Amino acid sequence: MFFVSHLVNGLQLGSIYALVALGYTMVYGIIKLLNFAHGDFIMVGGYIALFSLSTTFFGLPPAVAVVLTIVGCMLLAVVVEKLAYRPLRNAPRISVLITAIGVSLLLQNLAQYFFGATPMNFPTHLLIPAGGITMGDVFVAYTPLITIIAALISMVILTYLVQRTKLGKAMRAVSEDTEAAQLMGINVNTIITFTFAVGAGLAGIGALLYGAGYPRIEHTLGVMLGLMAFVAAVVGGIGSIPGAMIGGFAIGLVEALVTALGFSEWRIGAVFLILIIVLMVRPTGIMGRSMMEKV
Amino acid sequence: MLKISDMNVYYGSIYAIKGVDFEVNEGEIVTLIGANGAGKSTILKTISGLLRSKTGSIEFDGEAIGNTASHTIVKRGLAHVPEGRRVFLQMSVQENLEMGNYTQSNKTMNQRIEQVFERFPRLLERRKQVAGTLSGGEQQMLAMGRALMSRPKLLMLDEPSMGLAPLLVEQIFDIIRELNKAGVTILLVEQNANMALNIADRGYVLETGKIVLTDSAKALQANDAVRKAYLGG
Ligand SMILES: Nc1ncnc2c1ncn2[C@@H]1O[C@H](COP(=O)(O)OP(=O)(O)OP(=O)(O)O)[C@@H](O)[C@H]1O
Ligand SMILES: [Mg+2]
Repeated sequence: MFFVSHLVNGLQLGSIYALVALGYTMVYGIIKLLNFAHGDFIMVGGYIALFSLSTTFFGLPPAVAVVLTIVGCMLLAVVVEKLAYRPLRNAPRISVLITAIGVSLLLQNLAQYFFGATPMNFPTHLLIPAGGITMGDVFVAYTPLITIIAALISMVILTYLVQRTKLGKAMRAVSEDTEAAQLMGINVNTIITFTFAVGAGLAGIGALLYGAGYPRIEHTLGVMLGLMAFVAAVVGGIGSIPGAMIGGFAIGLVEALVTALGFSEWRIGAVFLILIIVLMVRPTGIMGRSMMEKV
Repeated sequence: MLKISDMNVYYGSIYAIKGVDFEVNEGEIVTLIGANGAGKSTILKTISGLLRSKTGSIEFDGEAIGNTASHTIVKRGLAHVPEGRRVFLQMSVQENLEMGNYTQSNKTMNQRIEQVFERFPRLLERRKQVAGTLSGGEQQMLAMGRALMSRPKLLMLDEPSMGLAPLLVEQIFDIIRELNKAGVTILLVEQNANMALNIADRGYVLETGKIVLTDSAKALQANDAVRKAYLGG
């Protein structure tokens, strides 16, 4: 009973990490960029969701708020890619990395400027109803339940998209060999834009679920969340989509487990310990291909 | 069909292609021969839009393509089988062929995939297999089949014989000849100059970024300098 509730907490947190980690890993897979602004896309998504739902602001129906948040995140990512990253397509990787950090700081500062530094309360129950269901002698609230289900559905759709559709296959082709993909007639810029949009769409879903579960929206929200999701992506094997999913859940569960054992202030440390161990045993992450395989 | 004038290509400060002119007429097999580092691959990459020439022009099928994006060039009917095959190793044979079809209609795709399998029966047996597990020869066949999926008018092949056993090389060259008979114009880059000149109509000899000699394939095979440098005496 005690165990089940912590398991649910871990899966809830892991769902969000996984959704965010997917964005990191997909963008990395395509252009080998660690998009440090990705966590801040979620922060922006959090504010969009909050303002559209909250009755003191727009008070829009949940479905509309969901669409606005997802589309808003996608647009933001596409604009950031176009304005900040695309001009650096042939620049050294370190320049792009520094730019990504710059974009991240810019988004945080803009959010602080416009929305203030005080955290705002997310209207959780305007998105997901209060209450829950009882299974046997275990009570599970709707929020974690819906979070886990929504994340799983998103992952199924993403897997279908990447494995079966023409655009998804083109994404895999670009990620494996950009030049060869161009020789197939694939417009690499289109695929990069598409990848950013899909990754940010998942971040938008992550933002909604994050807001529902941890209802404090502030301009630095993306920092820790982004970092943990990044760790999840690396643990899973950066560039690997199933890896990001596994890594996300693994990190969420580790945090919940450490908390359950009464060491909640050690949970971040535990996550990094896992990271170090995984990198020592398998430097390319759980699902990552070793560099040798590629040659 | 393809006309290159005054091609100059740089890699940063390295001057790789130094004022190259040549042409390929419809229906021909033209070969570009030259030693390691002469610039053969660079020329093909520049034609397919992966690299840019500083000056001059590239004309394909009556249109200037010197500033055209590579994905558009493929669509116009110019396919490039790159050096080292570059098949998508993590994708299946079938998926690789589907990628080759990227610019073409989906309706006729399966029919054309079957045509590729008729030409390369070894690929049919390995349809579901991941390309990374294919042998070098099979990967070369896949790379060629993939390029054919884009219905090219002109097919550029960069060292298709590289690393293959003699018997397989024969087979690949037979297929090149068949493709040409079926109406595909061929630009063939080879280090295996003898084989290339055997099937080619004309040839160009490239040395450190410059074309130093051009003639009919027969005449090049008879040329003393060519024999010494490229045909082993
Ligand atoms: N990416 C690159 N950066 C810098 N220099 C390059 C690059 N690619 C090729 N070069 C140089 O350009 C010249 C031509 O190279 P290219 O690959 O076109 O030769 P090649 O004739 O295809 O040789 P090979 O027969 O070995 O394939 C060489 O001197 C090579 O070192
Ligand atoms: Mg070469």
